Amino acid sequence: MKNLIKVQNIKKNYGKKEAVKGISFSVEENEILGLLGPNGSGKTTTIGMLLGLLKPTSGQIFINNLRLEENRIQILEMINFISPYIELPKKLTVKQNLYVYSKLYKVQNIEERIEYLSEKLRIGGLLNSITGELSSGQKNRVSLAKALVNEPKVLLLDEPTASLDPEVGDFVRTFLEDYKKEKKISILLASHNMNEVTRLCKSVLMMKNGEIIDQGKPEDLIAKHGRTNLEEVFLKLSRSKSEFY
Amino acid sequence: MSFTRIYGLFLRHFYLITRSFPRILDLVYWPSIQITLWGFISNFFATHTTYYSNAVGVILTCAILYDFLFRTSIGFNMLFLEEIWSRNFTNLFIAPMRIGEILTSLVITALIRSLIGLVPAILLTSPLFGISILDLGIFLFFLFLSLYIFGITLGILVSSGLLRFGPSFENIAWSTMFLLAPFGCIYYPIETLPEIFQKIAYVLPLVYIFEEARNILINQTVNIENVYYAFIWNAFYFSLSIALFYYSFNAAKNKGTLINMGE
Repeated sequence: MKNLIKVQNIKKNYGKKEAVKGISFSVEENEILGLLGPNGSGKTTTIGMLLGLLKPTSGQIFINNLRLEENRIQILEMINFISPYIELPKKLTVKQNLYVYSKLYKVQNIEERIEYLSEKLRIGGLLNSITGELSSGQKNRVSLAKALVNEPKVLLLDEPTASLDPEVGDFVRTFLEDYKKEKKISILLASHNMNEVTRLCKSVLMMKNGEIIDQGKPEDLIAKHGRTNLEEVFLKLSRSKSEFY
Repeated sequence: MSFTRIYGLFLRHFYLITRSFPRILDLVYWPSIQITLWGFISNFFATHTTYYSNAVGVILTCAILYDFLFRTSIGFNMLFLEEIWSRNFTNLFIAPMRIGEILTSLVITALIRSLIGLVPAILLTSPLFGISILDLGIFLFFLFLSLYIFGITLGILVSSGLLRFGPSFENIAWSTMFLLAPFGCIYYPIETLPEIFQKIAYVLPLVYIFEEARNILINQTVNIENVYYAFIWNAFYFSLSIALFYYSFNAAKNKGTLINMGE
């Protein structure tokens, strides 16, 4: 299997503070990798570096075998991102937003693409609605449509189902599973929802204080740490680091 | 009434102000700038009552020119700030857009926004005051072009600050024009300024633009040198602003401002 994301020993320092301390990992095609860790563990910084929003202090990032530093634009064309902390312009209609981003990503057959995503994400009835007037669940699906407008090979998800009710959350997870299977994309999923991670991810990275403190398949980690679910593993690793070294 | 709650809400704003140098600066310089600008205007009219034979026409023409500059600069900043306010900033910077593409798009949009505001103002002055800015003739185009370039330049400089320092730089965005207004010699000739201020004014394109507008309207002559110097200084500041924007973008990538654009 081809590695669509390859991260080699990346570090990020803010002055004397080491936010990410030389981590390496890769994500294969048609794989969802979970990025777990307590707040401040370096997850967002890592995603920021993958998106080219942050310059690593050292180390290298490859997306689809292209080095990010020299191929930023080419890479951004095949990557996209969703986070509850970023939004689409509120005053524009859903369709206007999708149209604008289709233009920014130079999408061919824009109408066709919007129609496809509208159907898949059940937002057809919202296309003429003002984005700022949508509910959290509707906004989430619209943001997901924006994130898929360029048919990304790599999708970075930061808490994609945060603040969603269980029904919408389940719809989004099922959609992501199906979409990944159909398009063979790589997904890096940062989430605090351990059930979501267990369901979606083939393997997970546990981060703490800017380091990867453990990694593996969810079921293997559960067995390794003698716990009954991933949430217990997360709590154990978050609370103590030394016992695993 | 609870003093504790009143104090609590006061603290919320007090902390915000004291943690941000641009906000403190904003509090201090507004009154200073207003006093300085109107002081020079009053001084000039007190000592040169016969300078303008058609005072309303000249003042209004300069006011329209200044407003165009103001709208262009603020318009550019608004486009940038709206991305921050709508929390769309990250979406924009993870789209495969080159910095040059972002800037060009904003420059064109700012022009359209400014023209939307300018055209009604020009049309209104004629029936209301019997004055037409078109009296400036063909040179009106060059003066507007100069003002547009300088307005965009200021917009890019402020946007560079927003990129580098985050939204706390927003207040500077609103006040750059007022900071420069006394040096621009919009309503009075450069001789009105103290010598030290004249030196500053001469390295800005504004003084050449407004001196030339007055020259055409009052003396009915054209001093091409003014237009030329305005373009030279504009070229210098515009190049500087573009370089600074690229520098700020790289600095923001190092500092992490691009992923933390919020309050």
